[in-house]
Amino acid sequence: MANEEIRAGLAEILEEVAGVLPGDVSEEKSFTDDLDVDSLSMVEIALAAEERFGVKIPDDELANLRTIGDAVGFIEKAQAAA
Amino acid sequence: MKTPASVPGARILALGEHRPATVVTNHDLAARMDTSDEWIRSRVGIASRRFAGPNESVVDMAVAAGGKALAASGLSAADVDLVLVATCTMPSPMPTAAPQVASRLGIRAPGAYDVNAACAGFCYGLSAAASAVTTGAARNVLLVGAEKLTDWVDPTDRSTAIIFADGAGAVVVGPAATPEEVGIGPVAWGSAGDRMDTIHIKDRRSFLWQEGQAVFRWATTALAPVALEACERAGIAPGELAAFVPHQANLRIIQAIARTLGAPDALVATDIVDAGNTSSASIPLALARMAQRGDLPSGAPVLLLGFGAGLTYAGQVVLTP
Repeated sequence: MANEEIRAGLAEILEEVAGVLPGDVSEEKSFTDDLDVDSLSMVEIALAAEERFGVKIPDDELANLRTIGDAVGFIEKAQAAA
Repeated sequence: MKTPASVPGARILALGEHRPATVVTNHDLAARMDTSDEWIRSRVGIASRRFAGPNESVVDMAVAAGGKALAASGLSAADVDLVLVATCTMPSPMPTAAPQVASRLGIRAPGAYDVNAACAGFCYGLSAAASAVTTGAARNVLLVGAEKLTDWVDPTDRSTAIIFADGAGAVVVGPAATPEEVGIGPVAWGSAGDRMDTIHIKDRRSFLWQEGQAVFRWATTALAPVALEACERAGIAPGELAAFVPHQANLRIIQAIARTLGAPDALVATDIVDAGNTSSASIPLALARMAQRGDLPSGAPVLLLGFGAGLTYAGQVVLTP
């Protein structure tokens, strides 16, 4: 799946789970600091992303995904490995 | 060998609750640690909780709740053959709470033991209570969930001190009204001991610790299937449920499981908002409040679902008293 497509999918999940406006979602934004996503919402986002993108995002990996770019990169790599 | 001649079904005959007097609001906690009303409400859905007094023990709270349930049942102490206390917060491993509770309520020489399945304890205890009645081991059972989490939580740890609280809830379990009636459905239960590190109190000098994200992920994904299994075992479709009373762990967990359950007409217990997480006391407390408010008619099917450290989980459909 292309990088752009993953980012768009992630933006939809963020809007649904945490009410983040799609226009606010860009590569360098931090989930916690910029988008005000709390730790439990991060889990909900991970679960939704796992289903949507067919990947596994364990909690210890989740802790390393600080920005949208980190998450897109992780999902891209996980998909390529699958 | 022989078994008792007529073996009745079991049902919940009455409910009782004890909510400690001290109300602790989020603002009270914000004055002591780095947190806020908004932060707590958005993460766990709690507005206030009750803390037991310094001299108010698990047994004291269990006696208060158990006494109310017994009075509401119309039975006398002599009618009770078994006392169970679900708890994971006794100050010491022995003596257990149940014999003391029985003695203080004037229940003479019943079978008495504690059930420790952490926050799932009430549903485990309810299964044991129902079995005792249906096998003829006891005519009536007093089951209390009683917890003093504040003894085991670091009051300065903002990740746990905002969640856990104290209280007790009780039920009297006795024979069903008719031989055909099943008032306590078969339990759906299980455990995952390989996840023991997720929630624990390491030793007697340690405080309760939990891996918030891991617990949240587990609770929001693994438990809805257990809830559905409990319905299936009872022969009740989720759509027929009058209420869903899960362990009051976190409002977001409760709402997530309720969404997946597919019971749009069921009232969902949200006692956590002003009771906090009271571990094995949370289900009978929530059930007692629903009954008090007149939210549920007698004989309505309600799904209970306990889950917690262990990890352990158990659920069953019951009819309201």
